[in-house]
Amino acid sequence: MIQARAIHKHFGALHVLRGVDLAVAERELVFVIGPSGSGKSTLLRCLNRLEEPSSGSIVIDGIDLLDKRTDINRVRQRIGMVFQSFNLYPHMTALGNVTLAVRKVGGKSRAEADAIGLAALERVGLADRADHHPAQLSGGQQQRVAIARAVALEPRVMLFDEPTSALDPELVGGVLKVMRELRESGMTMVVVSHEMGFARSAADRVIFMADGAIVEQGTPEAVFGAPVEARTRAFIGQIQRHA
Amino acid sequence: MSFLDTFFNAAVMARYAPDILRGLLVTIRLAALVVVTGLGTGLALALLRSLGIRPLNWAIVFVVDAFRALPPLIIIVLIYFGLPGAGWAPSPFVSTWVSLALVLMAFAEEIFWAGLTAIPAGQWEAARSTGLGFGQTLAHVVLPQALRLTIPPLTNRTIAITKGTALGSVVALSEILGAASSAVSNSYNPSPLTLGTAAYLVLFIPVVAFGRWVETRFAWKR
Ligand SMILES: Nc1ncnc2c1ncn2[C@@H]1O[C@H](COP(=O)(O)OP(=O)(O)O)[C@@H](O)[C@H]1O
Ligand SMILES: [Mg+2]
Repeated sequence: MIQARAIHKHFGALHVLRGVDLAVAERELVFVIGPSGSGKSTLLRCLNRLEEPSSGSIVIDGIDLLDKRTDINRVRQRIGMVFQSFNLYPHMTALGNVTLAVRKVGGKSRAEADAIGLAALERVGLADRADHHPAQLSGGQQQRVAIARAVALEPRVMLFDEPTSALDPELVGGVLKVMRELRESGMTMVVVSHEMGFARSAADRVIFMADGAIVEQGTPEAVFGAPVEARTRAFIGQIQRHA
Repeated sequence: MSFLDTFFNAAVMARYAPDILRGLLVTIRLAALVVVTGLGTGLALALLRSLGIRPLNWAIVFVVDAFRALPPLIIIVLIYFGLPGAGWAPSPFVSTWVSLALVLMAFAEEIFWAGLTAIPAGQWEAARSTGLGFGQTLAHVVLPQALRLTIPPLTNRTIAITKGTALGSVVALSEILGAASSAVSNSYNPSPLTLGTAAYLVLFIPVVAFGRWVETRFAWKR
């Protein structure tokens, strides 16, 4: 589903991604961990070209993302993205947030879009909050609306950048539950997160990144239970102590 | 002469009321034109600036800073007395309109621009990640939020600049103040000024109230 090869990214003199290769199979859930500043967000953002890689190639669902002729706005519909800070549109209701792109990019009528949007909100358990504005929702509810906003476009892949890091602990579970259900429905997912419990139960593969490169990867049992690299061991020791 | 005879002389007022009324109509037309064209061009400049084309942005900033720095009266005088030398002789009405519209454009551009840049990058990214284009994101996500932020400073600035219509009297425009001044010199009595003051209140109190209404109407729960 995703074939990213030799991705490099420079921010001026800063070399943030140093030749990352990432292949994600259909229906696979890849879980990415790594210290702050190791380039996890930059990698995700390259995968929908919110960030332009300095070099490398990215093919998603058969489409060459970096080809100048590719209509990036069409491809992005197929690649859902969920952000740490939710980024809901504050001037719109939950339903408005979910239906905007369905109407403007998907070309659906308002009635069709509302039906699609309500179904997406239903999937995240918030159909009864359709008329609420983001400020009237808890952080966990806002993040679920953000997931519904991506899901409503029927993406082939979903990218999650620390979706629960900004949430109070008691609200994390609801978001993880929605992500687990998405995974069970067969969604291909790349998840940057520190939620090790979720990784153990839902991830097919765990990738450890440091200094802009993939240091180690394998099943959750292998990477969490018996990490080979010293840096992986040190990092996992750290987050386990805090968990 | 008593205070009442001086400032509220009924005979003088009745005689010059039609002049002041005509002046009021001129002021209304002028103010409406200034508001529409000033805010329209200001918003257009701010949107152009958001495209991020360097040389264009330098030009916009230069023009905007110039018209924010110059006193409106100077601009009116320059246009009315200076432009005929360059081959175009605008009427008092057009001179005043163009001058005030340029000043409002400059201040409005800065206010709109500040509003646009106050919207967090995450809003752009979320919208773009769903496949919305630059223009769609601007129109449906960024601009509606930016406009709400700009309404309070924009109403204040718009009211302040629109009151500058009185400056038209300097180039012999018969707006409220111009009509009242000539009535005073013809009648040797300041009562027409009282009428003029009343005309300004009648015109601008609703405008100020409208500004207040717009501010509450567009405040939304964050
Ligand atoms: N737009 C940017 N401009 C300059 N530097 C950036 C930018 N975005 C990220 N960086 C830098 O790139 C590095 C990796 O950042 P990021 O991908 O956010 O790491 P992570 O998500 O793993 O914490 C950091 O050093 C960060 O400061
Ligand atoms: Mg990050």
